[in-house]
Amino acid sequence: MTLIKKALTTSIALATASAMAATAQANMSDNEVRIGYLADMSGTYRDLAGPGGLTAMEMAIEDFGGSVNDAPIVVFSADDRNSADVGANTVRGWVDQENVDMVGGLVASSVTIAVTKVIEESNGLALVSGSAASSITNEHCTPNHIHWVYDTYPLANGTAKAVVEQGGDTWFMLTADYAFGHALEGDVTKVVEENGGEIVGGVRHPFPTSDFSSYILQAQSSGAKIVGLANAGADTVNAITTASQFGVTQSGQQLAGLLIFLNDVHAMGLESTQNLLLTTGWYWDMDEQSREWAERYYERMERMPTMVQAGIYSSTMHYLKAVEEAGTDDPETVRAQMAEMPIEDFFARNGSIREDGRMIHDMYLAQVKTPEESTGEWDLYEILSTIPAEEAYRPLSESNCDLVQN
Amino acid sequence: MATTETARIPSAAMQRQRRANMRRNMFYLALIVIGLVAPFLAYPVFLMKILCFALFACSFNLLLGYAGLLSFGHAAFLATGGYVTGYLLSSYPGITPEVGILIGTLAGVALGAVFGLLAIRRQGIYFAMVTLALAQLMFFFFIQAPFTGGEDGLHGVARGHFLGFISLNDNLSMYYFVFAVFLIGFAIIQRTVHSPFGQVLKAIRENEPRAVSLGYNVDAYKLLAFVISAGLAGLAGSTKTLVFQLASLTDAHWHMSGEVILMTLLGGVGTLLGPIMGAGIVVSLQHLLAQSPLGNWVNVILGLLFVVCVLSFRSGIVGELAKSYRKNFK
Repeated sequence: MTLIKKALTTSIALATASAMAATAQANMSDNEVRIGYLADMSGTYRDLAGPGGLTAMEMAIEDFGGSVNDAPIVVFSADDRNSADVGANTVRGWVDQENVDMVGGLVASSVTIAVTKVIEESNGLALVSGSAASSITNEHCTPNHIHWVYDTYPLANGTAKAVVEQGGDTWFMLTADYAFGHALEGDVTKVVEENGGEIVGGVRHPFPTSDFSSYILQAQSSGAKIVGLANAGADTVNAITTASQFGVTQSGQQLAGLLIFLNDVHAMGLESTQNLLLTTGWYWDMDEQSREWAERYYERMERMPTMVQAGIYSSTMHYLKAVEEAGTDDPETVRAQMAEMPIEDFFARNGSIREDGRMIHDMYLAQVKTPEESTGEWDLYEILSTIPAEEAYRPLSESNCDLVQN
Repeated sequence: MATTETARIPSAAMQRQRRANMRRNMFYLALIVIGLVAPFLAYPVFLMKILCFALFACSFNLLLGYAGLLSFGHAAFLATGGYVTGYLLSSYPGITPEVGILIGTLAGVALGAVFGLLAIRRQGIYFAMVTLALAQLMFFFFIQAPFTGGEDGLHGVARGHFLGFISLNDNLSMYYFVFAVFLIGFAIIQRTVHSPFGQVLKAIRENEPRAVSLGYNVDAYKLLAFVISAGLAGLAGSTKTLVFQLASLTDAHWHMSGEVILMTLLGGVGTLLGPIMGAGIVVSLQHLLAQSPLGNWVNVILGLLFVVCVLSFRSGIVGELAKSYRKNFK
């Protein structure tokens, strides 16, 4: 009896307390800002985003003070196992059961597209940091998500243009034989030809491929100055390693990686990746404020952050600022608020959010250092030039997104 | 006197049989009741996922457990059903979900007939390899085919209205729809296993040359079992696409063919309820672990579980339970 009484009084007290809290933060759903972190925590993209991305998100929340207008910030995290249905299912559960306000992370494009459909249906908000596909803010755009760090358009565009300008005017394309590779190949071909270069040959390899030797030999005998790698992940790593074993770079040809990340270069080592040209959205050693943040990250993870991890910090921080400014966590209001505020932090320079959900910011052309130039384990890139935000991304005039008036 | 004596013996046996049947029916009834109230106790979308995979595992078990054929390419049927249904429902909005599912299932049946004709000529490991190779063929087809969306997958499949007027957008009504589909699938398997056809399958599993010598056309039986199994896997894939509103390459990947073996062996191969139990355990584990700090250990934990299962309880959880029930209560 006393137990029941006790339980009753406690629940009444709790109810009163929460009712009081509710009046204090009337505009925060559940009196909490709930953020979900969905990424590949165990597979191919673990090093690109994974647990490090979660750490970056937690750093943003800590730096923000752990609460917005007295509403505590709560993080849920899950592994999407690079599977669209696991990802969509998890997010559906978060939205239905936990009333999650924003979902961040999001790496594999198939997962991201599936998740953004769920988010659009429930009118939530997703901040995409890890995905590469430019279709996410093109034919798959929704008013409910923002694509933060990079996409294939600036990567292909930036790298191809810079390479041709540096005199690499004959290309051999090594393309993964599926939609993503074809799209990347198309983008590169266009840029190369527009800038006066020429595609002298190409070969399509199945996805995935582990033995690249015959393709690399074809590339070598083509006589092209540049071998463009229109593939991703393990395929790119295998192609670069094979090219290094066959002495492609030593014999005067140069590789152009279109989708390659800091963790890939670190894993392969400078011996096989030296002189590789690539475009990146951010590099930890590019200036003082980037280094400062990267050092803090390094203390926790004992790895230097990739651009995706830095982007997760940046997007979470910008989201929290927008929630604070708007005084509510209502997704629509926050989305509008985010677009209104310019983005200028250690990660993004000249950043702004377009109506198609693309966050545009300055991108950088980088070259991988040679083992002699490198001064440490993580001293991997040399930033050659900056690609201004407006030039880097697909212009809105070419967009197929329904949200853009063309 | 003698006639009544002989008449009484079979009647006693029949009575025992009738009692066993009644017990089984009561048991099934209890399970159905649990299935009916479950969405009020747990998250319906999660339960639907379990049901879809349970049906998939049951279809696989029909082949492995009752015909002794280890197919290593069942993902192809799951994915085919899923893609066909997904494509129809997203491209032709006039099609109702049950028609979409039906056509998806038929696609599974058709593919099963083609695979079956090629694969049943071989036995054991060769059979497994042929099915794996054919499934990989389908995987690459799905990557290239324009209607599947390649590695991005097929998205935004509308759940639509069942029979044209019951909206399935509500998770609860969707759950009961999936539950009904599952029961139909399970009933087909139950009926198949306990039919004379099922008895012949078991005979083939136990001793194929003897079945041949008894005059059975072994290949025809195996082919039919393969086609039924493929059709049910297609049904599971179609239903899954409708639930998640997407179809992706994960379903076509050989990992999926491996996962269904894990589910079936864990639950108990050759038992009707084993695959359901196995699917429930594997899906729940993946779901729980994905959201816990152990998230990046999912594959390791599932692998360990598989090793433990194979080493210590080879007939699976339901198989072991059934054994101990027979030992202690009969």
